[in-house]
Amino acid sequence: MSALRTPTGGRIDRSRKLRFSFDGRSFDGFAGDTLASALLANGVHLVGRSFKYHRPRGILSAGSDEPNALVAVARDAARVTPNLRATQVELYSELRAESQNRFPSLGFDIGVINDVVSPLLPAGFYYKTFKWPAWAWQRLYEPAIRAAAGLGRAPTLPDPDRYISRFAHCDVLVIGAGPAGLAAALVAADAGARVILCDEQAECGGSLLAETAATIDGWPAGDWVATTLATLAANPRVRVLPRTTAFGYFAHNMVGLNERVTDHLAAPPADLPRERLWQVRAAEVVIATGALERPLVFPNNDRPGVMLADAGRTYLLRYGVVPGRRVVIATAHDAAYRAALDLHAAGIAVPLIADLRQTATGDWPEAARAAGIRVRTGAIIATTGGRRRVAWAGVAQPDGGTIEPVPCDALLMSGGWTPSVHLFSQSRGKLRFDAEAQAFLPNLSVERERSAGACRGVFGLTAALADGAAAGEAAAKAAGHGGARAPRMAVTAKAFGGGGLLGPAAGTAAKHAFVDFQNDVTAKDIGLATREGFRSIEHVKRYTTTGMATDQGKTSNMHALGIVAAALDVPLPQVGLTTFRMPYTPVTFGSFAALSRGDLFEPLRRTPLHAQAVAAGAVFEDVGAWKRARYFPRAGEDMHAAVARECVAVRSRAGLFDGSTLGKIEIVGADAAEFLNRMYVNAWSKLGVGRCRYGILCREDGFVADDGVIGRIAADRFHVTTTTGGAARVLALMEDYLQTEWPDLDVWLTSVTEQWAVIALQGPQARDILAPFVAGIDLARAAMPHMSVVEGQVCGIPARLFRVSFTGELGFEINVPADHGPAVWQALMATGAVTPYGTEAMHLLRAEKGYIIVGQETDGTATPDDAGVGWAVARSKRDFVGKRSLARASMAAPARKQLVGLLTEDPNLVLEEGAQLVDDPTQAPPMRLLGHVTSSYYSASLGHSIALAMLSGGRARHGARLFVPMPGGAIAVQVTAPVFYDPEGARLDA
Amino acid sequence: MQSFSILSLLRRAFGGHASWQPQWRDAAPKAAYDAVIIGGGGHGLGTAYYLASEYGMRNIAVLERGWIGGGNTGRNTTIIRSNYLFDESAALYDHALKLWEGLSRTLNYNVMYSPRGVMMLAHNVHDVQVFKRHVHANRANGVDNEWLSAEQARAFCPPLNISPDLRYPVLGAALQRRGGTARHDAVAWGYARAADALGVDIVQNCEVTGIDRGPDGAVTGVQTTRGAIRAPKVGIVAAGHTSVVMGMAGLRVPLESFPLQALVSEPVKPVFPCVVMSNTVHAYISQSDKGELVIGAGTDAFVSYSQRGGLHIPAHTLDAICELFPMFRRMRMLRNWGGIVDTTPDRSPIIAKTPVPGLYVNCGWGTGGFKATPGSAHVFAHTMAQDAPHPINAPFTLERFRDGQMIDEAAAAAVAH
Ligand SMILES: Cc1cc2nc3c(=O)[nH]c(=O)nc-3n(C[C@H](O)[C@H](O)[C@H](O)COP(=O)(O)OP(=O)(O)OC[C@H]3O[C@@H](n4cnc5c(N)ncnc54)[C@H](O)[C@@H]3O)c2cc1C
Repeated sequence: MSALRTPTGGRIDRSRKLRFSFDGRSFDGFAGDTLASALLANGVHLVGRSFKYHRPRGILSAGSDEPNALVAVARDAARVTPNLRATQVELYSELRAESQNRFPSLGFDIGVINDVVSPLLPAGFYYKTFKWPAWAWQRLYEPAIRAAAGLGRAPTLPDPDRYISRFAHCDVLVIGAGPAGLAAALVAADAGARVILCDEQAECGGSLLAETAATIDGWPAGDWVATTLATLAANPRVRVLPRTTAFGYFAHNMVGLNERVTDHLAAPPADLPRERLWQVRAAEVVIATGALERPLVFPNNDRPGVMLADAGRTYLLRYGVVPGRRVVIATAHDAAYRAALDLHAAGIAVPLIADLRQTATGDWPEAARAAGIRVRTGAIIATTGGRRRVAWAGVAQPDGGTIEPVPCDALLMSGGWTPSVHLFSQSRGKLRFDAEAQAFLPNLSVERERSAGACRGVFGLTAALADGAAAGEAAAKAAGHGGARAPRMAVTAKAFGGGGLLGPAAGTAAKHAFVDFQNDVTAKDIGLATREGFRSIEHVKRYTTTGMATDQGKTSNMHALGIVAAALDVPLPQVGLTTFRMPYTPVTFGSFAALSRGDLFEPLRRTPLHAQAVAAGAVFEDVGAWKRARYFPRAGEDMHAAVARECVAVRSRAGLFDGSTLGKIEIVGADAAEFLNRMYVNAWSKLGVGRCRYGILCREDGFVADDGVIGRIAADRFHVTTTTGGAARVLALMEDYLQTEWPDLDVWLTSVTEQWAVIALQGPQARDILAPFVAGIDLARAAMPHMSVVEGQVCGIPARLFRVSFTGELGFEINVPADHGPAVWQALMATGAVTPYGTEAMHLLRAEKGYIIVGQETDGTATPDDAGVGWAVARSKRDFVGKRSLARASMAAPARKQLVGLLTEDPNLVLEEGAQLVDDPTQAPPMRLLGHVTSSYYSASLGHSIALAMLSGGRARHGARLFVPMPGGAIAVQVTAPVFYDPEGARLDA
Repeated sequence: MQSFSILSLLRRAFGGHASWQPQWRDAAPKAAYDAVIIGGGGHGLGTAYYLASEYGMRNIAVLERGWIGGGNTGRNTTIIRSNYLFDESAALYDHALKLWEGLSRTLNYNVMYSPRGVMMLAHNVHDVQVFKRHVHANRANGVDNEWLSAEQARAFCPPLNISPDLRYPVLGAALQRRGGTARHDAVAWGYARAADALGVDIVQNCEVTGIDRGPDGAVTGVQTTRGAIRAPKVGIVAAGHTSVVMGMAGLRVPLESFPLQALVSEPVKPVFPCVVMSNTVHAYISQSDKGELVIGAGTDAFVSYSQRGGLHIPAHTLDAICELFPMFRRMRMLRNWGGIVDTTPDRSPIIAKTPVPGLYVNCGWGTGGFKATPGSAHVFAHTMAQDAPHPINAPFTLERFRDGQMIDEAAAAAVAH
């Protein structure tokens, strides 16, 4: 390997050799290498295959803009990550990487057949064909296309790694730790600001990491970086985050950062997460994201060995890797001359600099000529040759003529630089096109941010440092830290400006001149799109897929714009830009999900009596975020057996039920009753203290939204209960009305759902069982009739005791402060006289009584009257939410669906909930549907099945015979009143 | 219209594809048309196509303020299904589904309708009840939809995690096998090309800024950024901006506009065979032909016209995706975007005449109108041409909100997309 390493120099640690493998072959590299630099050091240029044509591809860049060199890295069977850029993968000992999108091997890939038939596969070819026969798209063509498409393979096993997320605030967030960003951070920190500095690379320093000539304040650039980082590290107000990509800029200066914590480690410690997602809210943001070099668009510009000029230089100077022994340079910009000079200085042959420009004058070209490098101006690359690596470059005049083949084993190109305005644009700042820089630059800011350095077209080390320092000073000041002055830094460096070329040079838009390397979009494809009428750049992008690859067009977008502008013959800014979308580079799903997994996926709500239910062997169900005990099976019982037993116990003796999930809202204030009058359909003013009423809440459209018992604790105090699922929604709705419609009302709302444990004691023996435990409460029927509430003590604990029933039996609901719930539950259980029952038995018991459950009988299309509770509506009230809607003619239409009961003719047959009702089961679809079954059970107490249904004109159909069409045939049912058990309510009043 | 086929592709391959013509003309607006359609999304372009092809109205134009298909049509996750609950909805969406089945051939444009099956997951007892109600109603309405156990659901979609230890375990699923996806851009372009071939002007970069009315109150034309255009019939198909355009005619509509976000992963080889939707945990996922996992999120909580939402919304969706498909945790988000969806109180669309003579509106598709594109366009064309609704869209009036005749799919199921 030494043959391709420079003898000295670079930032690699030559004392730490690392063994790694690529496609099963073992290689050596050094600590500090990326996978890309290590492969190049081993002479491996062919690393991937392109998306569509499966063309052999090498390494184009040295950073996150890489479109070609995508690999899968596998730590173990479950820890496989596809589509990683070799240019960003840090080498570690025993790293295993595989190439992608090739079969059977990278060297011999049968997918190249697509390249051979590429004339048949221009942009959008699939829109034009594969239409016949009708069935074939899904069964024939699409599977073939899908199999060919895609890059790497998704992991197949659950990811065992951990991810976490953090929130942070700072005065100044500096994005990018190149010269401009470092200077900004230094100055802002000096001013006293709390600073976060992040950079996507493993090392901070940006372009300075490959800077061997310049000095800053007398320091060699690398040393200046080191001292600057040391200064920042010593400052407690500064946090420096390497390997951290600012991937998205959100409203109000919220920036998302993705920190890769362990991917670079050979043996990640178990206590570290793989990645961290930071959500940073910054007072001020400094964007110092630099610029990306553009390739040149010419035929066969995608051959392995063809590289961006500055990437070649970076490999040489930062990684000590020789990109080639004989390197041709193709350029439209001065920057490549610097690469040529650096290669030349390292003893690498540079046979030719082919400069597209007619003249090349100024410092850089002169220096190259002075070094004896041949410069040919007005020269294009007409093609390249070589099998799996470039072997020669064909240099020619734009107007044709002979092609001069120049042998080489690498070709470095530069089309100029594109400022990285992604984040600025995501912040919704407005860009402007700068003709001189040939680039879009930040113009009008929307957020509190400023760009500094190359990302706003300020090129050259001296200027970038000064710009960064000024931005740091201004940002700190804007964040309230006006103390610092940007220092004047003494810099020795030669600069160059913007410019370069957008789109292919004349004569080079021929076959296989790639614009978007990864998606295999050529200049011809873009030309075709414009010919076919795709004139908006967004259309061109979608039709050709240019810029839609995993690099999101970092190297291709400006060229695509240039080509479209030329094809349509309009000025480039008129073509417009496609939207820059987050994320800047792809971000791991797990990093967004972070700790939100397993039980933390959504907070689990357990009632105060959860442990008691577990001890009693409960089976739970999810109701919203709550875990509710569904039934309590004894040995050998299935759900039906357990529920039947629980129901019989309640009907014959007494059952105990955990009702704590019910929503509870305390409504207090002089206007509390008036507030309820306006919210609920019922009348509240006359409800006496100590009395309860069943309340119904409608939406503005008049349909039932929620229900629950409301007790009057005092003249100005109500205890409101809501459905379990509706608790938060009802409170929000009430607050909305209170704050926006009736701010004049003297009312306070407090959620007390979690403050009370609620134990329902239901059954004919309930009073007798409860009596020994109460103090200060007269349980006698006359003193405490059905629908009353008193405050007193239960088991010595202050309690609100309701006499209410959702079972149809004599019953109480004991509310005690949540922490005391278990004691009361246990005391009652210890009597041995009660049977715990769950939600399933509760549902059955109430269905026997025809009590509705909002959300089961009603579905948002039922009025109180439809649901059989029209009696609750106080029609004489001046107003209440939904009143106007209830007055509409359609609300009284006779065909409205109304609550009914159903009895199957076969008493043992239990209907399926959701099944439909028809009068003629023999009709062909679409059938005339009359309604549907909302609740259905086998009632052990009654000895037959029962069902509730919403049925069109239902109340007028009692006694009718209808049918439930099922796949196996229709089931005959009889329509009845919805109350099956104790219709007179005698047991309730006992 | 140049025919699209494997043969025409072959023939032109020899000429370097030089002779392909624009798929639609870059039309400049004329001073007057028989009808104009505001909004060049799939619904608007489709309406123009059916007006021209089935009702012989060829002197018409589609006015699009940006580029066609750039609204929700080009931003959606392309889930197509018709297993809606109510008879009215089932009829509308199934009408669309039947048109999808032949659309590529009707338009001579491959819209890549791929009936790979849409599976909706049930995570709690309530979901089960609701989905079964759908299954029964659909069967009676002749719409395919079947109930699967959790094991059957996994067999249909092998990456699915059906472990009972999930925070919200999968209790079963409703599967519509005819459901699937299609290529959104191709729908816009295919309709545009076919309409253009029949003489329809597709006018881009032409924002409607006013609606003109005569002394009798009837529509006489529109004002646009490219000048005034006279037309006795104007159809508004402006999705998230419908309220704004209707406001130009002095009409208020019961719409709220919310950002709705989606995202794709990096492309990978085929791993995901169908479409899976879970409304309880907010996750909608399929894999595109390009290999990207296409993932839809829920709406943001606040109304807005800005095509972006909060980070927490897609993040929450990825929580759910990672729980349901834990092997995707290492996959990476490539692109995230948002659209503005127009939601009605009952989450069903409005396809109707308005109180203003000559003015028609097709809106309120909210989070789920792509699937309806051909059907919606077809019945709306009928409504505009005949000045009377097609029987299928007759219930989808503007007045139903006033009169209380809702088609409340939201309340019935609360399923998006
Ligand atoms: C993220 C996301 C995911 C979705 N997922 C699905 C899904 O999986 N399945 C599904 O069925 N649906 C889905 N939808 C919904 C679906 O995209 C829409 O319902 C449907 O595409 C609407 O089509 P359209 O033609 O009515 O609207 P659009 O495509 O939005 O077209 C309206 C057009 O009107 C134009 N316009 C507006 N104002 C003016 C004016 N004043 N003058 C001129 N032109 C104007 C706009 O520029 C726009 O192009 C999703 C939506 C989003 C945003």
